[in-house]
Amino acid sequence: MADKIIKKADLPALLSRLLDHYRVYAPVRHQGMTNFQEISAADQVDLSHVNTTLSPKSLMLPQSESMFEFTLDRTSDQVGVLREIEKDFSPRIIFGIRPCDAKSFQLLDLNFDTPTYRDPWWVKRRQSTTLIGLGCNDPCSTCFCTSVGSGPFSTDGLDILFIDAGDEFAIQTVTEKGEQTFSKVEIGAEGSNATTDAVLSVQERALKLMKSAVHSKNLKDQDEKALFEADFWDEVQFGCINCGVCTFVCPTCWCFDIQDEVHKGNGIRLRNWDACMFPLFTLHGSGHNPRAQKLQRVRQRFMHKLKYFVDKYDVGVACVGCGRCVQQCPVNIDIRHVFRLMNDLGA
Amino acid sequence: MEQIKEKIIRIARRLLVEKQVDAVLGFQRGTIPMMSQPILIREPEQVDRLHWDSFCAANLATYLPQRRDRVAVVAKGCDSRNIVLLTLENQIRRDQLHLIGVPCQGMVDRRRVLAKLNGREPLAVSETSEHLSIKGEAFEETLKRTEYLRENCVICTHRNPVIYDELVADLTPEQSDLDRYQDIHAVETKSADERWYHFEELLAPCIRCYACRNACPMCYCPTCFVDESNPQWLGKSVDSTDTKTFHFLRAYHLAGRCTDCGNCERACPLGIKVRQLTKKLEKDIKDLYDYEAGLSLEEPPPLDTYRPDDPQEFIR
Amino acid sequence: MENPYLPYPVRIDSVVTETEDRNLKTFKLVFLNSEDREKFIHRAGQFAELSIAGKGEIPIGIASAPTEKGYLLFTVNKVGVVTSALHQMESGDTIGVRGPLGNCYPWEQMEGSNVVIIGGGFAFTTLRASIVYMLHPDNRKRFGNLTVIYGARTPGMLLYKDELVAWEERDDIHMHITVDAADDPNWKYNVGFVPTITQETAPSAKDAYAIVCGPPIMIKFTLPILSELGFPPERIIMSLEMRMKCGIGMCGRCNIGTEYVCKDGPVFDLAHMSRLPNEY
Repeated sequence: MADKIIKKADLPALLSRLLDHYRVYAPVRHQGMTNFQEISAADQVDLSHVNTTLSPKSLMLPQSESMFEFTLDRTSDQVGVLREIEKDFSPRIIFGIRPCDAKSFQLLDLNFDTPTYRDPWWVKRRQSTTLIGLGCNDPCSTCFCTSVGSGPFSTDGLDILFIDAGDEFAIQTVTEKGEQTFSKVEIGAEGSNATTDAVLSVQERALKLMKSAVHSKNLKDQDEKALFEADFWDEVQFGCINCGVCTFVCPTCWCFDIQDEVHKGNGIRLRNWDACMFPLFTLHGSGHNPRAQKLQRVRQRFMHKLKYFVDKYDVGVACVGCGRCVQQCPVNIDIRHVFRLMNDLGA
Repeated sequence: MEQIKEKIIRIARRLLVEKQVDAVLGFQRGTIPMMSQPILIREPEQVDRLHWDSFCAANLATYLPQRRDRVAVVAKGCDSRNIVLLTLENQIRRDQLHLIGVPCQGMVDRRRVLAKLNGREPLAVSETSEHLSIKGEAFEETLKRTEYLRENCVICTHRNPVIYDELVADLTPEQSDLDRYQDIHAVETKSADERWYHFEELLAPCIRCYACRNACPMCYCPTCFVDESNPQWLGKSVDSTDTKTFHFLRAYHLAGRCTDCGNCERACPLGIKVRQLTKKLEKDIKDLYDYEAGLSLEEPPPLDTYRPDDPQEFIR
Repeated sequence: MENPYLPYPVRIDSVVTETEDRNLKTFKLVFLNSEDREKFIHRAGQFAELSIAGKGEIPIGIASAPTEKGYLLFTVNKVGVVTSALHQMESGDTIGVRGPLGNCYPWEQMEGSNVVIIGGGFAFTTLRASIVYMLHPDNRKRFGNLTVIYGARTPGMLLYKDELVAWEERDDIHMHITVDAADDPNWKYNVGFVPTITQETAPSAKDAYAIVCGPPIMIKFTLPILSELGFPPERIIMSLEMRMKCGIGMCGRCNIGTEYVCKDGPVFDLAHMSRLPNEY
């Protein structure tokens, strides 16, 4: 199962070699929180976290992305004409991404890379990035990846998977891209039977630690309108303060806004993360708002993830079970509970 | 804690059965350790869901503006002060409310406990008046409760509800002789440049999710200035100028209206100490007007009032 | 890779103020680059994002027919930031156009059928495109009877007045122009709300499609009348409006249930809409 192993002590050397060829992003601990950052040296990396506070989605979909630039100078023959902005799409690595987060990129591909339209920034970043995952030896009690089509050692969406097997990492190469990446660093040895045993044992242990599971098998067959009109939304939404925490920490929430900003006659068109929790999200110019009430906005978020997405793409829910929203919601609105309500409606 | 919970349930049941109120606003036990969920109970059969422990920190006044029904509210000192302010600002009427006052021993900061556990996950947390006992996969730990209080609770001088209709426990002695503004003094003594740098650092992690604003009981504007689109006052990106403008202006809007309930800081997913901004203004209001927000139904915030004999000329 | 967010630069060729309240103007746009013009192939019912550098974008139905070559028409109601800025602009100014976006009226399905067009207020733009398209000599014989019921608050609020008069004079289109109230003693058309006029003229549902665009209140009262007249929900066609940003089904705000109005719509038949949550 493992193609190679490397000694943990050799990880800095491996990262250094990757840095010779790639821009490398990895978990970095700062002021008590771990998040993905571009690193310049191996010793910045911290792998002691369960998962990062913020998901790595900003590496594919930055919170603010400059799309185009323009001038408003009326003496220019280019006045009012939008121009593309040069960006760095050179090869890069995301090291230490969890399998759930890697899976989220696959789900977002369905939105950003479609037969009709391809979002150029998303597609180019996806193409230029190799994902080196780190399996979860210690999933936390709010992780429920195994019941939404992923798992602590799932290779879905990854190019390479690292598994912490004690003194060494067992390395599984998943894709051609992963193989090419690894061939550049020329590090690692053949794994032994002992490695295989160690990997099996951490995998077994991790699955035992998984305490949460959600029910989703009925979601596809549930009637959309019946779910939409269900009585439980009133209680689900009561505590919600309509902030954007759940959407912003969520790896599969992709909604965005487009805005122009001008400074001294030059401007850029930006896209920024947006959230279905905010009333402005759907406010018409006329003042009409189809989702003016908090209940409608809360319902939209869950219906989108657990019903509309399910029906539209037929690949399951738009949730990878990372549990960030469960951990971070200031008023404890728990998606696992909403899974149950939606899945079990009418049962 | 268990006694308080039982008392809250008893009172809630009585109020609903006797139809003195339409609903009871309180907490139910959270789905994860050290967390609770605000809940509105309308039926007497549901009152057993009500819960009370050291993690019922959210400020329930947040749910009151513009309510039309008669509500009983489980109110700590800070909740009650915000209710006073919301009453003064005509967001709710006192006669709509039945305050179930809870003298508060300070709420425990989940983040502080998690930091102490340093990556080990708590799976069950119980408490006595002195201690928190925490059980995880392969560990047990007992922590001294007072060492893990939320920072605003540590310096709270109004733990008892300032108004109430009934109490669930005897009033608790108030803390006195403490410096509420240690961290503010530290910032005040910095040079202007250092201060600016301090704020830059403080607010750098902000992702503009507006959890601080939405959690705040006093941030009830129908359209917040950051959401105005015509004219649009503020950019929507994570540009640091826009982010700082949001936080500074929000803090100014709370001058004389903030009770330091800490709901903003509690809600922030990145643990930004946004109270530093509101506390500075709280301190200024105290220094300039000798006013503390939300202590009296007779005394509106100084910046909300106008007097023809105001000593300052520009306003006359 | 084509960047679907990049607008084509266009020049405002002319601006016509359509209504007496001066809130509706029609902008005639010509492409700055001929290759962009050739790429922009639309069908009646589709929309485009008009882009004003520094202000943003706004989705607007394309008012010109595919048969009108070399330019695009957009009739824009002054409502928010972008439309107000556009109303300040003059011929010669450069803006952007992104599209065509969304689906169109079901032209293949409607071929050979009678078509009843029912419009109210400023929602007549893509209906104009449809009428001009169907009246084109190449297309007229592909459709049966063509009936138009179009109303506005007052005579001065009707769009495309000269064309309405010209269509009135033709015998291959039945025009029923109406206003809610007319203070003009020379007004020679109908007075009454669109649903009332629909009921009175009672267009036959036999082999017919109805395309309905207008304010919500008009739609609400017109739909039951069409059902009474025998139009099945599959042949009642509507075009929806929603707040949009990307226009290509990615930004997530304009959905009604599973459907993105910008990409899966804006055109839906009533049967489809009745299966969606009532949230628009």
